Amino acid sequence: MKIRTSDPTVEQVVRKIAAAHREQRGALLPILHAVQAELGHVPKEAVPVLADELNLSRADVHGVVSFYHDFRDEPAGHRTVRICRAEACQAQGAGYLVEYVRQMGLTMGRTAEDGSVTVEQVFCLGNCALGPAVEVDGRLHGRVDTERLGALLHGTDQTRRDGVGATPDESEAPRS
Amino acid sequence: MTQHPAQPHVRIYVPRDSAARSVGADEVAATIQQAADSADVAIELVRTGSRGMLWLEPLVEVATEHGRIGYGPVTPDDVPALLAAGLLEGDEHPLRLGPVDELPWLARQNRVTFARVGVIDPLDADDYLRHGGLTGLRTALKLTPADVVAEVTDSGLRGRGGAGFPAGIKWKTVLDCPGELKFICCNADEGDSGTFADRMLMEGDPFLLIEGMTIAAHAVGAREGYLYIRSEYPDAVATMRAAIDIARERGWLGTSVLGTPLDFDLHVRVGAGAYICGEETSMLESLEGKRGMVRAKPPIPAIEGLFGKPTVVNNVLTLGTVPVVLAQGAKAYQELGVERSRGTQVFQLGGNIARGGIVETAFGITLRELIEEYGGGTRSGRPVRTAQVGGPLGAYLPPSSFDLPMDYEAFAAAGAMVGHGGIVVFDDTVDMAAQARFAMEFCAAESCGKCTPCRVGSVRGVEVIDKIVAGEQRDENLALLDDLCELMTEGSLCAMGGLTPLPVRSALAHFADDFLGEVAADTRTKGTA
Repeated sequence: MKIRTSDPTVEQVVRKIAAAHREQRGALLPILHAVQAELGHVPKEAVPVLADELNLSRADVHGVVSFYHDFRDEPAGHRTVRICRAEACQAQGAGYLVEYVRQMGLTMGRTAEDGSVTVEQVFCLGNCALGPAVEVDGRLHGRVDTERLGALLHGTDQTRRDGVGATPDESEAPRS
Repeated sequence: MTQHPAQPHVRIYVPRDSAARSVGADEVAATIQQAADSADVAIELVRTGSRGMLWLEPLVEVATEHGRIGYGPVTPDDVPALLAAGLLEGDEHPLRLGPVDELPWLARQNRVTFARVGVIDPLDADDYLRHGGLTGLRTALKLTPADVVAEVTDSGLRGRGGAGFPAGIKWKTVLDCPGELKFICCNADEGDSGTFADRMLMEGDPFLLIEGMTIAAHAVGAREGYLYIRSEYPDAVATMRAAIDIARERGWLGTSVLGTPLDFDLHVRVGAGAYICGEETSMLESLEGKRGMVRAKPPIPAIEGLFGKPTVVNNVLTLGTVPVVLAQGAKAYQELGVERSRGTQVFQLGGNIARGGIVETAFGITLRELIEEYGGGTRSGRPVRTAQVGGPLGAYLPPSSFDLPMDYEAFAAAGAMVGHGGIVVFDDTVDMAAQARFAMEFCAAESCGKCTPCRVGSVRGVEVIDKIVAGEQRDENLALLDDLCELMTEGSLCAMGGLTPLPVRSALAHFADDFLGEVAADTRTKGTA
């Protein structure tokens, strides 16, 4: 998200969020989530403000922000595509999805130059029986092949009307 | 399309579980609703959790006088034909599976913790009560805290998060601690690959977890609870938050729970993408707003836990099983299982498996029954080469070990672990050297960094495995890897570094050929490319 001059400053936003969460025990993580939800990332300028608000050192706050994979110090692309690379998805070909991303000229963990998409790896989306799993802007997709990944990366996915997960061998009734 | 004016308000069930949604359950539900609306047929669409037969998702069920008839897997394109064939009467169609409760895959299970998941609307409090909800809490509130703890101890319930520590003993420690401020923390940071039962329980029966945490609060004298859910589970976060709000409105949480003197409130906290926060002390640090650094034990969290106060830390499945123990009695639960593994375990079949999903059954079932009979072998149709049991820190077992009974001690004796009950199946294209390397790589990426064996050992582990596969001084490097694994096992502060050698050593022990580098590399999967 771009900050325009008419927008409140980072400091104002962060102070307001901190005030709203101050009563919670151990409020820093909820505050960081709220800052990222509001601004799209946790800007570096937020660190000293949070240190001041929570009576922590800047190093403490920076240490927390940098420890967790979720917090970004710059905004993500228009879409965020997260590919699960944990074992269950590996067993179902997640590696091919990663290879496909590379062929598309994208780098895992980076935002495309045109800002359209950020591709990241994630370890387990909890969809281990329907892998490979991919999450796009918080929405989970199961049994993703390279063709669907392409559509998801380009934002042209025609939902799931094409019958994902309905090949005959999968509809076989359970054995008695 | 056939119209059914004689049958108003036919009840149709479509899951809202995120795995079902990941393969189109929302689109199927919307298509059914639109078709019914345009045909002027009154239906009641209920969004449930998932029954856990994930290969059949989206699984559509319709209530008939012969029970709930299932159809699946259903795509939106199937809907017109299904309705024309008489979906609303439970009539024949190629996707018809028959009465869902009678499907052998489900009927042979012993659904205790998961009894309501897939059956009820997760956020319908009345539905929860109609299906036996709150029976355990009401029973517990009539007992003294010590009697509740005794009941949990007698049931033989052990922590389902992986370590298998007896829940009753942990609770007794907290109960015996003096002080007004104690906490109940539910660890819902289910980061292990191949595990998804916590997620499905939270999405499919959230009141059960609230009930279990409230029983724990009464048992140990806590008034505040935290539910730490990983950020990768946004649907579980939303469902739990909504359920907690409803529970407060109903007087199931807050001051004077169910009109008794118990005050207990519950807060959801969202993790921020750190695998290590599934470790209980890291989770406590994270809840305190810090980096998720592992704490040295002792002191144990039961004595000095969250903010230094006595704290119960249990997994979702542990706390989700407590209401059943109280409702049905310790004896009924204790009678299930084998040896010192009592009750049921919620096994999760994932990876390359034909029929993946949730199998809840008493301990003692074999891996072979789970993988071959329930799972139907691999999805690819190729031979099963290995299964990793108990998450990314669990052992890779070859099919020759599949007759091992699922039992904490039997697995430990075989150099493996039941862990959280996750089973990830691989076919014969898997490269086990790559999997061993990945175990070290994962540890290097996710280590909290506090102890050297884990932080540095894992980095060295990747390098050594690379050298072995490249054929560089293979014997020396194999000896070095063995030494490194020993050091990590013995010297790490927590299970992250302490158990990473398990997948590595098991891969080496059972699949040594893969470490020779030249073995059929072209047929191996690029799973870890």
